[in-house]
Amino acid sequence: MSGPHILRLALQLERPAFRLRLDVQLPGTGITVVFGQSGSGKTSLLRCVAGLDRPDQAHIAVHGQVWQDDKQGVFLAPWQRPVGYVFQEASLFPHLDVRANLHYGLRRAKDADPAALHEAIALLGIGNLLARDVAALSGGERQRVAIAAALALRPGLLLLDEPLAALDAPRRQEIMPWLERLRDQVRIPMLYVTHSVDEVARLADHLLVLSQGQVQASGPVSQVLAGLQPPIALGEDMAAIFSATVQARDPRWQLMQVQFGDANLWIKDGGQPLGTAVRLRLWARDISLARSRASDTSIQNLLPATVAALLPDAHPSQVLVQLQCGGQGLWARITARAAQALELQVGSAVWAQIKSAALVG
Amino acid sequence: MSALLSPDDLRSVALTLELAALSTAVLLALTLPLAWWLAHTRSPWRTPIAALAALPLVLPPTVLGFYLLLFWGPDGWGGQLTQWLGLGRLPFTFAGLVLGSVIYSLPFALQPLLHAFEQIGRRPLELAAMLRASPTDAFFSVALPLARPGILTAAVLSFAHTVGEFGMVLMLGGNIDGQTRVVSTQIYGHVEAQEYGQAHALAALMVAFSFAVLLYLQWSRAAKARGAP
Repeated sequence: MSGPHILRLALQLERPAFRLRLDVQLPGTGITVVFGQSGSGKTSLLRCVAGLDRPDQAHIAVHGQVWQDDKQGVFLAPWQRPVGYVFQEASLFPHLDVRANLHYGLRRAKDADPAALHEAIALLGIGNLLARDVAALSGGERQRVAIAAALALRPGLLLLDEPLAALDAPRRQEIMPWLERLRDQVRIPMLYVTHSVDEVARLADHLLVLSQGQVQASGPVSQVLAGLQPPIALGEDMAAIFSATVQARDPRWQLMQVQFGDANLWIKDGGQPLGTAVRLRLWARDISLARSRASDTSIQNLLPATVAALLPDAHPSQVLVQLQCGGQGLWARITARAAQALELQVGSAVWAQIKSAALVG
Repeated sequence: MSALLSPDDLRSVALTLELAALSTAVLLALTLPLAWWLAHTRSPWRTPIAALAALPLVLPPTVLGFYLLLFWGPDGWGGQLTQWLGLGRLPFTFAGLVLGSVIYSLPFALQPLLHAFEQIGRRPLELAAMLRASPTDAFFSVALPLARPGILTAAVLSFAHTVGEFGMVLMLGGNIDGQTRVVSTQIYGHVEAQEYGQAHALAALMVAFSFAVLLYLQWSRAAKARGAP
């Protein structure tokens, strides 16, 4: 995280009843998910980076190019910034068809390269939509076109403000694979705002957690999710996300075994070849704890673990237990009464009973 | 038609159309930037200026005409200005009538435009900025096309409203044949002279015209409602 290929965002924005104050450096590649509850300042941050809102004080530099620095009196107007922005909804011009929408920016950009548009059209699979009217697109198609229009300008930074929030669940599932392609094939760094843990799990390389206008955590996604203090920022959605390797499969029961560190789990067979790296998500609510290894349980995945921390949860009846298991941090959400009955403390050896684990991304 | 309308009737019709067309053109040039400013400014002047621009809506045309007459008259500030500029006096001329019509019909052009720009909101303009369009570029390539129905309504309404003005014309324009005698004052003249047949012909023409305008507006509104998702 040093050298010129970083994003430096330092800004202060004071508004009545709202305040945003942060100073972070973010990687110059991959997707940084900006995560937080509504009102935490996620969208304000994006709008400040784009220049759509003007913070009171800021130093915003992307790949070493300064977009705003109030000490030097630098402020690039939004339309002069090499940025792409995908809004939550209405990211297309209703008076233009798809093709004209895609060409709108290209006609205006200084160093426009039509090849970039062709690449973006292919990457997002919208070649068959070009002659369509914007009103005739589904919500998911609309967002794909909007992303392509932004990508076609080869921006130095792509900002996505909850691009899926206005879509219903089936549409969201439909567009997700395209976003994953985006993550894997495009070298443009992205700031992706969401409050959905599912999107964090499937898309994030890096995670920036905001709470009440301040940075609560920033770092590689697995590290942040494992070490978030206090973890209640994620509320009911607390989960551990990390990578594992496909190790074996059991065709009879349609299961496959994945390994992380010295621990392994049996999960639904997703068809990945042996040796593939996959992303796993374990919800805190799907892990229970026992002092001894249960033999007469429906739960197949039992892992030995050590209690690393006990933290208060959002509701006083519950605690979040941080576990060390296979070199990986996991979270278990149990009741405070159970924690006392099991006499849990830091260092206790327990069995983590994992009710379900899912592949993401 | 010519049997029904005398040559001076026809002259008044032509003059009315000329006045309405010219006033509409001036109004659009004036109210497009004004509406744009009102829709986007956060200035404390916004409210008083919006109220001032709506004033012709509620004032009797005679009051408006009276003050304009005083203002542009030989002793008014406006009149002294036009005389100093060597333009002569505006009252009782066609140019004066255009000026009066512009003020009289201002709200009818401004309101639809303001409504249209407010409906568009900031988002399409922000999107344009994110696609490298400068604010001026975005105004012409995004705001104007999106406001097209509002611009059409504004044009039709100010044209029709100018055609229908009477009290202000009488005050400011007098009733000079070929210069300031428009259809409405011509009808008044016919009625004064008890020429009911000629008054009828012109009046019926006005009714038909006004009905056609309103029919068009209703129709375009219905088409817009159908077109919306």
